[in-house]
Amino acid sequence: MTKVSFPIVGMHCASCARLIEKKLNKTPGVATAAVNYGSEQATVNYDSSVSTLGDLGSIVSSLGYKAVIATESGKTSDDIKEEIKKKELLNLKRKVTGSAVLTILILLGSLNHMLGSLIHALPSWLSYLELPPAALLILTIPVLFWAGREFYLATWSGLKNRAASMDTLIAIGTTAAFGYSAALTLFPAQMETLGFPMTMYYDVAAVVVTLILLGRFFEAKAKSHTNDAIKKLLHLQAKTARVLRLRSSRPELAEGPPSTMGEMIEVDIPINEVVVGDHIRVRPGEKIPVDGTITEGTSSIDESMVTGESIPVDKKSGDRVIGSTINKTGSFVFRATSVGSQTMLARIVKMVAEAQSSRAPIQRLADTVSSYFVPVVLMLAVATFVGWYVFGGFAAAFTNMIAVLIIACPCAMGLATPTAIMVGTGRGAGMGVLIKDAESLEIANKIKAAVFDKTGTLTQGKPVVTDVVPPTILPIAAALEKGSEHSLADAILTKAQGMSLANVTNFKAIPGQGISGTIARKQYVFGKPKKSYPQLEEQGKTVMELSTGNTTLGYIAVADTLKPEAKEMVSTLTKNHIHVWMITGDNERTAAAIAKQAGIENILAGVLPDQKAEKIQELKVHSSSFIAKQNEKSSSVNHEPSTVNRIVAFIGDGINDAPALAAADVGIAIGTGTDVAIESAGITLLNKDLRSVVSAIKLSRATLRVIKQNLFWAFGYNIILIPVAMGILYPMFGVLLNPALAAFAMAASSISVVTNSLRLKRVKIN
Amino acid sequence: MEKFIVTIFGIGLIAGIYWFFFGKKDKITEVHGSIMITVEGGYKPKTIKVAKDKVTTLIFLRKDTNSCLEDLIIPDFKIKKFLPMHTPVTITLSPTKPGKFNFHCGMNMFHGTIEVV
Repeated sequence: MTKVSFPIVGMHCASCARLIEKKLNKTPGVATAAVNYGSEQATVNYDSSVSTLGDLGSIVSSLGYKAVIATESGKTSDDIKEEIKKKELLNLKRKVTGSAVLTILILLGSLNHMLGSLIHALPSWLSYLELPPAALLILTIPVLFWAGREFYLATWSGLKNRAASMDTLIAIGTTAAFGYSAALTLFPAQMETLGFPMTMYYDVAAVVVTLILLGRFFEAKAKSHTNDAIKKLLHLQAKTARVLRLRSSRPELAEGPPSTMGEMIEVDIPINEVVVGDHIRVRPGEKIPVDGTITEGTSSIDESMVTGESIPVDKKSGDRVIGSTINKTGSFVFRATSVGSQTMLARIVKMVAEAQSSRAPIQRLADTVSSYFVPVVLMLAVATFVGWYVFGGFAAAFTNMIAVLIIACPCAMGLATPTAIMVGTGRGAGMGVLIKDAESLEIANKIKAAVFDKTGTLTQGKPVVTDVVPPTILPIAAALEKGSEHSLADAILTKAQGMSLANVTNFKAIPGQGISGTIARKQYVFGKPKKSYPQLEEQGKTVMELSTGNTTLGYIAVADTLKPEAKEMVSTLTKNHIHVWMITGDNERTAAAIAKQAGIENILAGVLPDQKAEKIQELKVHSSSFIAKQNEKSSSVNHEPSTVNRIVAFIGDGINDAPALAAADVGIAIGTGTDVAIESAGITLLNKDLRSVVSAIKLSRATLRVIKQNLFWAFGYNIILIPVAMGILYPMFGVLLNPALAAFAMAASSISVVTNSLRLKRVKIN
Repeated sequence: MEKFIVTIFGIGLIAGIYWFFFGKKDKITEVHGSIMITVEGGYKPKTIKVAKDKVTTLIFLRKDTNSCLEDLIIPDFKIKKFLPMHTPVTITLSPTKPGKFNFHCGMNMFHGTIEVV
């Protein structure tokens, strides 16, 4: 038995629900069916081998209602939204075209009345197009009540709730213009007796509706592109996976490579049927369907679409692969480790969507203003009418009141920040810069100090052998290190790759000293040097000596090397007035060596992992010199904490760095996808390239610039044009705003805000 | 006289608009478990009270064609949902800190409040 719930559209009363329920209960295979009118939802228990979900949908449709069955054709809610939006856009286009044609007729038909004696300046045939008021009335009705129907519906439902929106202003403005003109048309004699001027406003009502609809059409088109980034990410997803199955049946999910599991065949299955543990084959040029670990084969993989890393990465057995990236050269088999919503791509999409829904602190003012805006404009419109009626006359009072209602544009204020955040975070995702929320994006713009963790962030994180003196000692040292678990053993074994290594007996680890063992009856010790090597140590290298008995045979130096782009990144940040710091648990000498290579002047050395967060806190409130002195342990210098908190970013690889990432104003986790790092960091960089730090900061700056321009425009527009529409310039310059022009300005203002945000897609970041 | 009447009427109308939009008292609806919020010319109920550290299900049902109301945004919970017409959309919250959190439509014109206690 399968239980399913789906929404039903089109029910008008509780009896509709009972009707559907009855019919569903009579359907073969249905055990129970319940339809709730309140929640407009049906819940059905049915036998899927007798009836399908599609059958249930058809039953509901046959009664004249619609069942919204999302899984019916594998559609997601995004697909449904896209479909609805497409239909709406088409409908809007039809309405804009229809109302534009009618409006042109109304305008031509009103030319005589609009231009008065100026009509003689135009070709004489135009005057023949003049229409009687009754014809204008008939032409205006469809413009307002067919094309502009939504304005009235929205206004009505809002007023029932004692709420007002943009539509309220348009509906009241156009209704006033239309109502007055209709009264003049239907009762001319009575209106004239009452002393009302015989001026018609059909053209005003029609032009306002048409222009605002046109504006909405362009705005909807532009807005549909603000979320291109998520659509692009979703399209990266592969549709099928080539899974290895045992010829006879589905294999037991095993840990080992498939070659150990008997005779296998390859089966193409839809991606949503892949389960953790499946072994999947990927051929050159194909997309990797889900996340996993390579079990057989090697390849070079293009991960640029997810991490922003432009150079393909070489992968071998045991390495992790990311779903939706492209296999370039080799063929390999991997074991699925994350599927569905757990894959890296799915988590990226979720994170971007969440960031786009978050609020930037800069938006607060717009939020407050917009909650009072429309009622205040309504009050200003009434005040305008009264003022002009008292000092001007009815015609000016009426026109200016309509202009005030039409020009006010709360939409631009509402769209200013969110559209920029949407495009900005989306652009970031395309570069492998994941922004957790709008607040992080906003704060990143104000970073004054950037603290980099040393190991794995500024450096490669993998020590390499830099000196072997004499070279003949390498195979002996490597043979000894075979049994060691020391972090430097890997570096030596990698260096000795391909050499034949002798067997070691009597292997012993001597804590704090090194290791010892016997090779060909000779006892060797490898580890801490008996003498110092100042030249090597100044370069930040760790030196190990090989000795037998009392004789030193030679030494091997190992160092963690600086990432090649580190120096360029430090200099770019410095040029952008950001103080660069390095934090490390290493001693002063080693830290200074790496910092010197990177061009970093500020060092926090000897900091234990659990002290990093504390140091970040100190940096936020103290001056740099205080921290530097503290670091040198000269406590005699007494600096007071600075009164202004400065914005500090911490950049780490996310391993053991979570407290420091969280303590910083902006935590930037680099080259990682671990949950802890993503959770603690405001910004996650999916590649290990340090230049992404600069990109993230530049993206933040560009987004903030756009937000500020948008807010300046949206506020400035309303602050300047509402008084102009009220007639504030009239006493000095004789300037009044025509309501049709007001409609044009209103439509243009929302479009310009969205278009300005879309500019972020092309702004130069790298 | 005529001008005087228009002025008095205008002042009265301004006061009326103020009372109509700003003078209403929002009824606070306490939520235990789940609630259906109708989206029609705003949000009904507009202000809801939910318990901290408890799972609360909000079911939004949009019955208004106003395109502004098609998007629901609860910024503090990082939630943005598209509300198709006549289709219930379920949102689950587990608020961990007390306070007042706003939600609003796509263009920030209609507002509601979630009070966490």
